[in-house]
Amino acid sequence: MISVKHISKKFGKLEVLKDFSLEFELGNSYAIMGPNGSGKTTLIKTVLGMVIPDQGEILVKGVSVKGNHQYRSLIGYMPQIGRYPANMKIGQLFSMMKDMRPEIKVYDTELVEQFELEGMKDKALGTLSGGTRQKVSAALAFLFNPDILILDEPTAGLDPIAVEILKKKIKKEREEGKLILITSHILSDLEELTNRAIYLFEGEVFFADTIESLKEITDEDRFSPAIARLMQWTLKKNTAKKSMSHV
Amino acid sequence: MFKLLKYALYDIVKSRFALLYTLFMVLVAISIYQVSDDLGKVSLSLMNIMIMIVPLIAAVFATTHFFNNLEFIELMLAQPVKRIHVFLSQLLAVILMLSLALIVGFGLPMVLWGADSSLITLLVVGVVLSAVFAGFAFLASVYTRDKAKAIGISLSLWIYFSLVYDGLVLYIIYSFADYPLEKATLALMMLNPVDLGRVLMLMQLDISALMGYTGAFFQEFFSEFMGVTLAGGMLLLWVLLPAMLAMMKFKKRDF
Repeated sequence: MISVKHISKKFGKLEVLKDFSLEFELGNSYAIMGPNGSGKTTLIKTVLGMVIPDQGEILVKGVSVKGNHQYRSLIGYMPQIGRYPANMKIGQLFSMMKDMRPEIKVYDTELVEQFELEGMKDKALGTLSGGTRQKVSAALAFLFNPDILILDEPTAGLDPIAVEILKKKIKKEREEGKLILITSHILSDLEELTNRAIYLFEGEVFFADTIESLKEITDEDRFSPAIARLMQWTLKKNTAKKSMSHV
Repeated sequence: MFKLLKYALYDIVKSRFALLYTLFMVLVAISIYQVSDDLGKVSLSLMNIMIMIVPLIAAVFATTHFFNNLEFIELMLAQPVKRIHVFLSQLLAVILMLSLALIVGFGLPMVLWGADSSLITLLVVGVVLSAVFAGFAFLASVYTRDKAKAIGISLSLWIYFSLVYDGLVLYIIYSFADYPLEKATLALMMLNPVDLGRVLMLMQLDISALMGYTGAFFQEFFSEFMGVTLAGGMLLLWVLLPAMLAMMKFKKRDF
């Protein structure tokens, strides 16, 4: 569904993605992990066309994303921090989003109902708390029943009840055979929600396979220790690099 | 595109800034109308204030607006809409809001106490200058990642075109006073949108003493129609050029 082919991206001198290739297939749910600054958000943003790679190409459903905007109607995106025009009301934001995808007539309002956003329709977005804003972002991402869901730290800032609602929804969508990408630092969430693990380290794919094989490779039977093991390996790799550079 | 503009406008018109700016313009206009009954004098005073304030407000407001709306712009870019449309809707919303504030602010007293053609020109020049400096501000904003830096650049452009440029022109005229400079100064004036706006205004007012060297020559050199067309055309170019450059950068910018 999404093929990322040999993309590289530099921000100034900093190489954020280095000759990066990945395949994402429909029906799978991917956990994108990695330390801060490893390129997770940049990867997501290149898929969305917000960051334009220096080299390489990205295909969504076989069509290059470059200069294309229609493919984005397939994607529901929940940003890390959703900030909206302060004077706009929640209801207006939703009708604006609906306005932008006029071809879609059936809406998935499950999250809107469960987060009780309908009752806050007339509240200005500028007055919302961080958590409520996250709820709005989540509800928007799922609203159009898209084939691809990209969730950047979806559970950060939500209260426990909302987290459970959102997780339930993600699981449900996964069972319906959607492609889901989730970045998060909360490993227990990822374990629950995903079946594929992608570990990024300094702009490169350090690991990309099923969670079972991750556990096998690392010789751990639980998810978090397996990831911890991966992190240790990346650290070793790093120190090896450093000691070499000092020669 | 128009959907995007509709919602961008909705947000901006409701902002506290729009209201304050309009109120300020109303107060300025009312106080100047109180001072004199002569419409010519009124429009001259209004022009002197407007030509300084409007570009300044446009530059600062457009820059802050761009950066305050950055997250929203990002959200739009994740939707199935064209990048150009996102950019244009933001820019047009800013220009429309600034123009509306000016037209309401200056227009209200005009409706109450009367206006002549020079005051109408004043409004047009104000709208055009708002557009020029909003364009500059967006250009500065798309090229920088830092709000403070972008505001700095926008303000520098304002200082350059409103204050420094005149000094430079005077210096050139003074230094090369032995040569025929009419055409050179005319060309120099074309390179400054604020000067162009001022000359367009002054041609209406028929006060050659206040028009300065360039202005007087301008009127002599061109018939009124030619002059207005030329200055208007140049101003249009000044509106389009920064906006186009900013749009080209916006298409390739990372968010």
